[in-house]
Amino acid sequence: MALQSLDIKARSATTTPSPSVRETMEVAKLIDISKCIGCKACQVACMEWNDLRDEVGNNVGVYDNPADLTAKSWTVMRYAEVEVEQNKLEWLIRKDGCMHCADPGCLKACPSPGAIVQYSNGIVDFHQENCIGCGYCITGCPFNVPRISKQDSKAYKCTLCSDRIAVGLEPACVKTCPTGAIVFGAKGDMIHHAEGRVTDLKSRGYTNAGLYDPQGVGGTHVMYVLQHADQPSLYSGLPKDPSISAMVGLWKGVAKPLLSLGIGLTVLAGFFHYIKAGPNEVEEETEK
Amino acid sequence: MSNETNLVQRYNVKERTNHWVVAITFIMLVLSGLALFHPSCLFFYSLFGGGTWARILHPFIGVIMFLSFLGLAVKFWDHNHITDTDREWRKHLGDILANKAKNLPEIGKYNIGQKYLFWSLVAIIPMLMLSGFIIWQPYFAPVFAIGLVRFASLIHALAAFIGIVAIIVHVYAAYWTRGSISAMTRGTVTKAWAKHHHPAWYKEVNKGAK
Repeated sequence: MALQSLDIKARSATTTPSPSVRETMEVAKLIDISKCIGCKACQVACMEWNDLRDEVGNNVGVYDNPADLTAKSWTVMRYAEVEVEQNKLEWLIRKDGCMHCADPGCLKACPSPGAIVQYSNGIVDFHQENCIGCGYCITGCPFNVPRISKQDSKAYKCTLCSDRIAVGLEPACVKTCPTGAIVFGAKGDMIHHAEGRVTDLKSRGYTNAGLYDPQGVGGTHVMYVLQHADQPSLYSGLPKDPSISAMVGLWKGVAKPLLSLGIGLTVLAGFFHYIKAGPNEVEEETEK
Repeated sequence: MSNETNLVQRYNVKERTNHWVVAITFIMLVLSGLALFHPSCLFFYSLFGGGTWARILHPFIGVIMFLSFLGLAVKFWDHNHITDTDREWRKHLGDILANKAKNLPEIGKYNIGQKYLFWSLVAIIPMLMLSGFIIWQPYFAPVFAIGLVRFASLIHALAAFIGIVAIIVHVYAAYWTRGSISAMTRGTVTKAWAKHHHPAWYKEVNKGAK
């Protein structure tokens, strides 16, 4: 969503710095999984605020509905039934969606200028009017979040309600959450709030409770409080130590500048060879 | 044409047409591909009507190039086996590049550089087709595992690099070696050119003509 009221810090397919003089507050959304009751009000609020109406799907045998993120479902609740201790069933419900990485793999991979931007407050946003539909954001994302619409071949994902944040409102999912499991504010404040929640969970026997703010992607602007922070994969496959794939790093970090340089040097080598050696002509004698 | 007797046929119409279909599609692929690869080449997007059109067209052009390259590969395959004479010729490469070569081994229709070009394209064009197929949105990429798509993206870039560098050398060599370009535009080269650059091939052609 195009939002000029937020400062852009990083921009896809752009090798020069973006305007970075103004300093704005880094924000974060904190999702406390121990408080989530799985009511899906956040999904509804997301649909309502963003004018999204996904197709009504089918029950696939679990509570997850829709079964996965789509171009029209930017957040979904994922329900995991696990027994961390024997005979002690836990229902771990994770609100899935874009994590708004500080080092976004989607932005790194995107070849279209300004199709993906990172605001100075940390939100990573897709500007669909610049999207060319190549799917590189999917290739780059360590969390399997972006989805290309079959309708228009543009990539979509959670905007963290950048349009609401820009005018001082909290994201729609935060506003609607009936248990206060989702909170929003300055990233520092959210980390502080999470520490309190972690202390509380530990006092209640969740000795491995912790904050999920993975440093492999520079930290995220959507964070989780997990009862079992030592095993994030319990939460419907949340990656333990996510980072941009080494393949994508080689492709966009190493190959992109080096190979471009190599092509340029090859052209120059040809030109200067000609300047030095001149053309390879058939001598007059052989001509006869 | 008064000087017709001075000329030797090197490529027939089919070969020339096939070559230029590959060449034109290759250039289109390089331009759209470089725009997708590095921001310094973004302006190539506009040659295709913008980024979205470049993304849509690139893989279809790729299929045309792949299929037409198959034609070239079959036509030229037999002439591209590397021989001991070629290896001997390669030892003089420094002199050749400095335009100082004398008493070169008598090579056939292609020199070893041209053969290397042929075999590198034979290697990378199927790689480009295969990896390109895996990353082709929106039709095929969604069915492949993300790890494979990432690997294919990297391979596509590396293979394209090899191809682009090989073709830059190919184009330059054709320009630098005076009298070569007419082989692909008119189909003919001068007898002197043939005798000088590809003596064994020239003898063979002469033998056939008699």
